[in-house]
Amino acid sequence: MTASETPAPLVDVRDLTVSFDRDGGSVRAVNGLSLTLAEGRALALVGESGSGKSTVAGALLGLHRGTGARVTGTVRVGGVDVAAAGPADLRRLRGGIAAMVFQDPLSSLDPYYAVGDQIAEVYRIHAGGTRKAARARAVDVLDRVGIPDAARRSRSRPHEFSGGMRQRALIAMALACAPRLLVADEPTTALDVTVQAQILDLLHELRRETGTALLLVTHDVGVAAESADEVLVMRDGREVERGPVAGLLGAPSEPYTRTLLSAVPRLDEPVRTPSEEGEVLLEAVGLRREFGRGGRTVTAVDDVSLTVRAGETLGVVGESGSGKTTLGRMLVRLLDPTGGRLRYGGTEIGTLSERELRPHRRELQMVFQDPVASLNPRRSVGESIADPLRTAGERDEKRVRDRVRELLDRVGLDPDRYEAYPHEFSGGQRQRVGIARALAAEPRLIVCDEPVSALDVTTQAQVTALLAELQAELGLGLVFIAHDLAVVRRVSDRVAVMRGGRIVEQGTVEEVYGTPRDPYTRQLLAAVPSLDPALAAVRRERRREQREERRQEPALA
Amino acid sequence: MTRFVLKRLAGAALVLLALSVLVYGLFYLAPGDPARLACGERCNPQQIAQVREQLGLNESVFAQYLHFLQGVFAGRDHSTGTSVVHCDAPCLGLSYQSDQQVTRLVLERLPATASLALGAMVVWLLVGVGTGLLSALRRGGATERVLTVLTLAGTGTPVFILGLLLLMAVCAHLQWLPFPSYVPLGEDPEQWAWNMLLPWITLGFFESAKYARLTRSSTLETLAEDHIRTFRAYGVGERSVVTRHALRGAVPPVIAISAVDLGSMFGGAVLTESLFGIPGLGKTLIDGVRQIDLPVVVGVVMVMGTAVVLANVLADLLYAAADRRVVLT
Repeated sequence: MTASETPAPLVDVRDLTVSFDRDGGSVRAVNGLSLTLAEGRALALVGESGSGKSTVAGALLGLHRGTGARVTGTVRVGGVDVAAAGPADLRRLRGGIAAMVFQDPLSSLDPYYAVGDQIAEVYRIHAGGTRKAARARAVDVLDRVGIPDAARRSRSRPHEFSGGMRQRALIAMALACAPRLLVADEPTTALDVTVQAQILDLLHELRRETGTALLLVTHDVGVAAESADEVLVMRDGREVERGPVAGLLGAPSEPYTRTLLSAVPRLDEPVRTPSEEGEVLLEAVGLRREFGRGGRTVTAVDDVSLTVRAGETLGVVGESGSGKTTLGRMLVRLLDPTGGRLRYGGTEIGTLSERELRPHRRELQMVFQDPVASLNPRRSVGESIADPLRTAGERDEKRVRDRVRELLDRVGLDPDRYEAYPHEFSGGQRQRVGIARALAAEPRLIVCDEPVSALDVTTQAQVTALLAELQAELGLGLVFIAHDLAVVRRVSDRVAVMRGGRIVEQGTVEEVYGTPRDPYTRQLLAAVPSLDPALAAVRRERRREQREERRQEPALA
Repeated sequence: MTRFVLKRLAGAALVLLALSVLVYGLFYLAPGDPARLACGERCNPQQIAQVREQLGLNESVFAQYLHFLQGVFAGRDHSTGTSVVHCDAPCLGLSYQSDQQVTRLVLERLPATASLALGAMVVWLLVGVGTGLLSALRRGGATERVLTVLTLAGTGTPVFILGLLLLMAVCAHLQWLPFPSYVPLGEDPEQWAWNMLLPWITLGFFESAKYARLTRSSTLETLAEDHIRTFRAYGVGERSVVTRHALRGAVPPVIAISAVDLGSMFGGAVLTESLFGIPGLGKTLIDGVRQIDLPVVVGVVMVMGTAVVLANVLADLLYAAADRRVVLT
């Protein structure tokens, strides 16, 4: 067979190496990677942070030009040699042949221009034509990606769109010039699980209609299983393993892939053995919180009742805006409830003054979502952990130091790193520091607000394991707030599902996940990506039917 | 929006009231005797006492301030010793020195100052934003380095040095322009513009250094944002990326700072006014302070305050128009 008979692959990357200068040295983000992608196919690049997957995506569009990155090897996309292409060819490639769907939909659109105008601008660069025709095309594609009332909404600014709509708008921008390849860099990472499912379904449908190829960059194996034909697992800039999605996820041959897959929390893994019934630590009855005054009050938490016992973990799961963080902060009285009762160890603490509350403060601690933002960057981690000790009145420097070293050791960090600063730690290590700080006060209850959502899956698994270990050892009551249903399932004894400030369903893990009573819980569970591509297809079909039904309903009524 | 403007105007009135109280207070803490200065050097103590009585300086500070307020809102009568002058509201009083009505005096001087301030603003916006944009575009290149040096030199050169150099070069040496003398806009627009040209350039250049730096840094900041990457990744040319998308983000801070600067030029551009002989408010203010001429000082400060406050309200409106995410409340 000669070369002219086999069509050249749409994407042909050979021996790609990308290195950046950092701190005087050179860092190889991508190290000798090769891959091909045929027209109409979908390949997922899967890897943890720092694996170089986004750098590969950028290289396909020549985005490393002018950034100081050194790129070697060849990258051909749609017949264009990206490294050798002149400025005009490169501009034609970007958007015309290969279009990128970016990660953060809020910051990826220009806040100053109407969404429709931004799409029209991109369209005119590639297709020419009048402004009017470009605007019409923008409305077309916005309508195509499911923006309701697209003609009117195309005149909105990005901030007037919800996160899901912004992501749709970015996909519409990519579609505008009918590219042959979509490069999607973590397209659903910032989205709620139900919105994520909608966006993935949309991508799937569009590809089926237009035959566009997809290169999907994701850290989420489930997302890859939902959307790709093939998976390429990356680590430290190199390929670990590559193969068809079902085969690779079903029977990985590399140890790293196996570790990665086993770290992913799944909805079908065995639930944790329930802990013994401990004493009731915290009890909320009809808890309520409003924000704002006068006619503009928003009720963030509405009539929430729950109990947390010593030694158990209560999972609180919900999408963004469901009030779960507000609830968590109220439970430790970082926020004052505006209604309802909050009892801790028999004392009503919901209405205590700050001074009366002080004896209890120590026992109610919190671990925050963002370990970067919740540690003072100008103080050493040891000092941060020592804070609660000093607040508690410990004046003996030696005892403070010893205790901090002990805590560092306890959370799996080197005690000699007392003087190190937060930026010298990885994300997972910083979260360990956050946990150590919470432990310093010898609490009885810790509220963890999205403690692992910023972490890679393998790190996630380590941090949740640490929490479980500490809980067993110290008999802590834990409230674990997260948007990720599978993570909550893995760590919790009981689960509360929140929506619109209310708890719609509460029960043991088996009850809520096994036999969900509330339709919203069922909807959430149906949206969780499955690691089995065949199952994913079945569930996608079911979601499509559900959407059809919902669309028909008004017509029947 | 109407609500917003009304609210801000009410706030402006409060600011002006507070300003007048402050000036009155400071005035009475300052040393010197206005009556002696108003009377002249050869006055005997008796005559001075008479003048003091006439000017109402024997009353308490509080009573004097109330009279001032009365003048502003209702008008009042002033005795000048030989006759009684009625001064309509808004009356800012009579000058201790010349017995002129301050309201009239200030209004007379306002056009010259406004000409200078607005013209200078046009210069600093054109030169400052242009330079800033250019150095953001050519970052890392020789152009940027030259521009950086020039803007630094601009910030470091006092107005009177720059103005003097310009006068010497353009009027004395090259003789391209006659030495400027102020011609009111109403009299002869062309002569007005020619005569204001050097003052505009002097003041505008001095200010534009700051705007160049501001524009440069905020443009570079915007260029580093994610949405810029989006347009680059869609084949939008670099020029379009900078002028359409990055500059748009750089405009709001320029508007905000311009408003404050424009306001403070009303009475604050004394060096430029003196250098070019422009009969403006800045010169009036300095003379007033030197002669402890309270009504004049208060009058100019009121105009200056009004200008600052109005410019800021306008800036907020423009800000909201430039960035739709801003909600005026």
